[in-house]
Amino acid sequence: MSDASAVADRRARDAARAHLTREDRGSLFRYMVMMRASEERAVRLYKQGKIPGSFYDGRGQEAISVGASFVLGPRDRTCILHRDLGAHLVRGVTPDRYLANYMGRVDGVTGGKDGNLHFADRDLGSVAMVSMLPDMALVANGMALAFKLRGEPRVAMTFFGEGSTANGQWHEGMNFAGIHRLPVVFILENNRFAYSTPNELEFAVDPVERAHTYGFPGLNVDGNDVEAVFEAAREATERARAGDGPTLIECQTMRMHGHGAHDDMRYVPKEMVAEWEGRDPIDRYAERLVSDFGFSPSEVEQIRGEVGTYVDECAAKALESPMPEPQLAREGVFADRWEALGDGRAPWSRWSQYDVPTNGASRAAGNGEAT
Amino acid sequence: VTVTAAASSTTGEMTYLAAISDALRFEMARDPSVFCLGEDIGAFGGAFKVTDGFVEEFGADRCLDTPLAENAIIGAAVGAAIEGLKPVCEMQFADFISCGFDQLVNVAAKLHYRQGVAVPMVVRLPSGGGFSGGPFHSQNPEAWFLQAPGLKVVAPATAADAKGLLISAIRDPNPVCYLEHKGLYRHVKGEVPAGDYTVPLGEARVAREGGELTVVAYGSSVHLALHAAEELGEDIEVLDLRSLCPLDREGILASVRKTSKALVAHEATRACGVGAEVAALITEEAFEDLDAPVRRLTAPDVPIPFSPPLEQATLPQLEDMKEACRELLAY
Repeated sequence: MSDASAVADRRARDAARAHLTREDRGSLFRYMVMMRASEERAVRLYKQGKIPGSFYDGRGQEAISVGASFVLGPRDRTCILHRDLGAHLVRGVTPDRYLANYMGRVDGVTGGKDGNLHFADRDLGSVAMVSMLPDMALVANGMALAFKLRGEPRVAMTFFGEGSTANGQWHEGMNFAGIHRLPVVFILENNRFAYSTPNELEFAVDPVERAHTYGFPGLNVDGNDVEAVFEAAREATERARAGDGPTLIECQTMRMHGHGAHDDMRYVPKEMVAEWEGRDPIDRYAERLVSDFGFSPSEVEQIRGEVGTYVDECAAKALESPMPEPQLAREGVFADRWEALGDGRAPWSRWSQYDVPTNGASRAAGNGEAT
Repeated sequence: VTVTAAASSTTGEMTYLAAISDALRFEMARDPSVFCLGEDIGAFGGAFKVTDGFVEEFGADRCLDTPLAENAIIGAAVGAAIEGLKPVCEMQFADFISCGFDQLVNVAAKLHYRQGVAVPMVVRLPSGGGFSGGPFHSQNPEAWFLQAPGLKVVAPATAADAKGLLISAIRDPNPVCYLEHKGLYRHVKGEVPAGDYTVPLGEARVAREGGELTVVAYGSSVHLALHAAEELGEDIEVLDLRSLCPLDREGILASVRKTSKALVAHEATRACGVGAEVAALITEEAFEDLDAPVRRLTAPDVPIPFSPPLEQATLPQLEDMKEACRELLAY
């Protein structure tokens, strides 16, 4: 981490104090733990041969998807990527549906139509990613364009890795967002590798430096500090909502597993992994909850325990879900009508202070919390 | 299959190009969620002037000039469509969809299948050759889209269908590729119903009734077939497909069962084109009704060359059409 970003992180941390309640902090921790526990459970299912294809996770990157998505209001919209399970959980997707999706079961979010993290619940305000990167940044632009044209104070948020920034579509997307000052927040996860390709073979200039050339701010934050990510995303969404345009937030992190379960990471120096293990976002936040925010160690352990039990229940539920009927393969190619996306859950306490009209949120409420 | 265009209270003759503008204008006035985006479509009115005057009439926000970035155009349309707008993208030339192809075939086409999210958008594709546009301004890329399940594909031949199919495409909850043939823009004129006028997607039209041979065509080839039939003075039926996906399978089969002979004609290249699909359909479903092999009249499998004699040598000509009809009639 550079000195400059360390300074920015301290500033963000101070600011976050003003915006997060004790309960919010418990939620941030809970969602990170839920992501980790869900993915660990999924790895076991993969090793048991219950997941067809390969398996991909976001281990070590939990603070990013959780911290960033935590700022969103119900009517904001997301395109969530494959290292970002935490954002799905925050918005209201439950681990059983994630696990069922990985196993190709009928109760998975796509009902078996797509696997991996290539899903999104339309009733929770999200549009499913495709494998081509960073395609969803351009789709997020389109949603933001609709908000802008209609004068709605809503925000689109999307995620992509640093690998995506090498693709020409990334330039098209950033340029378009800058021209129209779209209410969109770009979360760039620099996890050091695009599959096996290290940063130095991905770009000559760090991608966050490009933001100002597109006419909007770029911030560099510690991606393993959930409150730093939260605060940067909070500022960015406020800017977007106020009509001040997009923000690119580069979150410095490390992909602690291979690109997929088939990847043994032989190209990663062992000392690099060890160094980043010391910065684990969940362990770090657990310590801070105790040292800075008045949580007792037993409260922290209680959250871990509750989430573990909840994810076990979710796994059992997912395993009970049947495989889809083969005829489903031929259904749903064309739509017979358009329907609005539903709204995502918005667990940040700020949103409960407002009477925000929702439609999908009420449906999802009550089954997204671990406790 | 409809035999004639639906009657309307008031009609007016206009060009194919004006009919496209008329359809856009009508839908934009009727539905505030409809908007256009593309390169040079605003102040300039578009490379072919389809959106001439739209900025003055509807404002720059609803006739949005974009940078030269086709994936950004298609991607923005996908997102806007999901959020309830009805975008009509203009590719300046159909050829340029190659630069927006990823967003079209991987994002737009598959979202409903994967996630149940409808993407109501239109991609207007000025296509076709005949004016020395060369290999990058003359292509007929319809077959590309037909291999991407989730896209609808239409290709009007007449002014009335240009309007009716475009309004239907805008109202359809799926991504629709709308191929408008540049050679027809100002050369084809016809009566176009005023006001609200739709042509259902997936219904072919009998452009000329006949009993001895069916020419299955769309776009510019419809006019070639009609012209050939008149000059030959033979009992030839011309079936204008209008929609390539969904394809009017029953309409094709009904006509071929009546005439027992089929020629499939298009300006696009031959291999794995619409002609191949239609010929396969006929041989699979109406083999017993055939009195001759199904034949195709298409461009050869070459890029569209620039120099006039070379271009004329690739695009199907009237004499080619007449010869193909004569051969089948004599079979």
